[in-house]
Amino acid sequence: MQSFDLASQSLRDLNATLQAQAAQTNATQWEILNPRGAHAIAVGLDAPIEVTVRGSTGYYCAGMNKQAHVHITGSAGPGVAENMMSGTVIIDGDASQYAGATGRGGLLVIRGNASSRCGISMKGIDIVVEGNIGHMSAFMGQAGNLVVCGDAGDALGDSLYEARLFVRGSVKSLGADCIEKEMRPEHLEILRDLLARAAVDARPEEFRRYGSARKLYNFDIDNAAEY
Amino acid sequence: MCGIVGLFLKDKTLEPRLGAMLTDMLVTMTDRGPDSAGIAIYGGAEGDSAKLTVQSAQPDADFATLGDDLSARLGAPVTLQRKDTHAVLTLPQAQVAEARAALADLRPGLTVMSDGATIEIYKEVGLPRDVAQRFDISAMRGTHGVGHTRMATESAVTTQGAHPFSTGADQCLVHNGSLSNHNNWRRRLRREGIRIDSMNDTEVGAAYLTWKMQNGASLGDALKAALDDLDGFFTFVVGTKDGFGVVRDPIACKPAVMAETDQYVAFGSEYRALVGLPGIDTARVWEPEPATVYFWSH
Repeated sequence: MQSFDLASQSLRDLNATLQAQAAQTNATQWEILNPRGAHAIAVGLDAPIEVTVRGSTGYYCAGMNKQAHVHITGSAGPGVAENMMSGTVIIDGDASQYAGATGRGGLLVIRGNASSRCGISMKGIDIVVEGNIGHMSAFMGQAGNLVVCGDAGDALGDSLYEARLFVRGSVKSLGADCIEKEMRPEHLEILRDLLARAAVDARPEEFRRYGSARKLYNFDIDNAAEY
Repeated sequence: MCGIVGLFLKDKTLEPRLGAMLTDMLVTMTDRGPDSAGIAIYGGAEGDSAKLTVQSAQPDADFATLGDDLSARLGAPVTLQRKDTHAVLTLPQAQVAEARAALADLRPGLTVMSDGATIEIYKEVGLPRDVAQRFDISAMRGTHGVGHTRMATESAVTTQGAHPFSTGADQCLVHNGSLSNHNNWRRRLRREGIRIDSMNDTEVGAAYLTWKMQNGASLGDALKAALDDLDGFFTFVVGTKDGFGVVRDPIACKPAVMAETDQYVAFGSEYRALVGLPGIDTARVWEPEPATVYFWSH
């Protein structure tokens, strides 16, 4: 286990060190101490390493992640795992706004709650939230899956393209062009796999599926007043 | 951006450390806004006296005989305690309005930062650490307080444009965000007789709350009404004589984190501002919900 203490070592050195790890590195286990809400911890990683952040992080932790497995034992600030490409990011606590924004791949697991705009403009990332999510989540989502074991806030899936949204609890309101959809066997299978990979104890049958009504894809003269 | 901090103490044994704790919190927020910084401290009331915090660009000339001059004008005892460009005038509570009028006459260059039984406001252009040092904020005691570090958007980088803003006795407001309908509200509130000194959007927000409370609203009701009447982005933290409130606009894109223990309620624009507080590892830490009013009072 390689240890890096942000109380005595610089964030720039930390990220440079982690980013320099090659695919075949022998230093596969990393631990980051005293994050104290610092910004941009463990960003831009591109190696199959395991990084444990002991504490809570500020803006943009694990942004642009590729291959790496990042585990935050506290809570995460805004934009955690933003634009993730692959790998895993697991947060034991809560996540602030726009968790997993624009993510293209990988798995983001939030054990607590996520606040507003979770999965905004998601493009292939899978997000599993054990608690609740805030308003405007999955706004303009294009691909990937958002799984919410608790409740969703206002305007879920507003202007959604093709992302799949699964919610076990209540949905305060659906956004424009987002509708509830039939849960077919293939969706239950996707959900079962995601819950298993996220190590979440929940039954797929308890969830409802939401998706795009596909009415906003093209300009429609009847909607002129809405633009 | 802008950075906000707030601290409301439940545990009286922390009161001597309020200024030091708030200063540390504010310094961590420096990179959210390096233009100017300010702090409001509620230091506790002393009998029937009121405190006026005044600021001058020529403090040596303005403050030299100000206490005596004002005392002579009011026919009442006035004490002056100078801190750098600011001074706190202590005088009988019943004569606050008279003192404001007298000050405008005696020292037209002065700005009155606040008046009230307990509030003192210190703010200047500069970094939080420097501003806090100039006024020796770390040595101040108190029951609650708020701090702000500014990245200016809606008005010039001046002392008058710095936060907190106080538009009513013992009231103050700090703001992260920008209001878009402040010009209309400034005109309307001035017609209603509310004092607004600057072209700053936040001062209008503060004046709006003062106006609502003058008309009988509680702070909680005034904050709720602000959600309907003020247009724009805002995370507000407000202070009153015995209380401390937080509200975010319905979009809530301006960040906010809160922590509560048996000893305090704390607010920070980011978690970084809270990490030095006692017992933070076991505190309840959460993000205030959008369009929801939070309020604590002694």
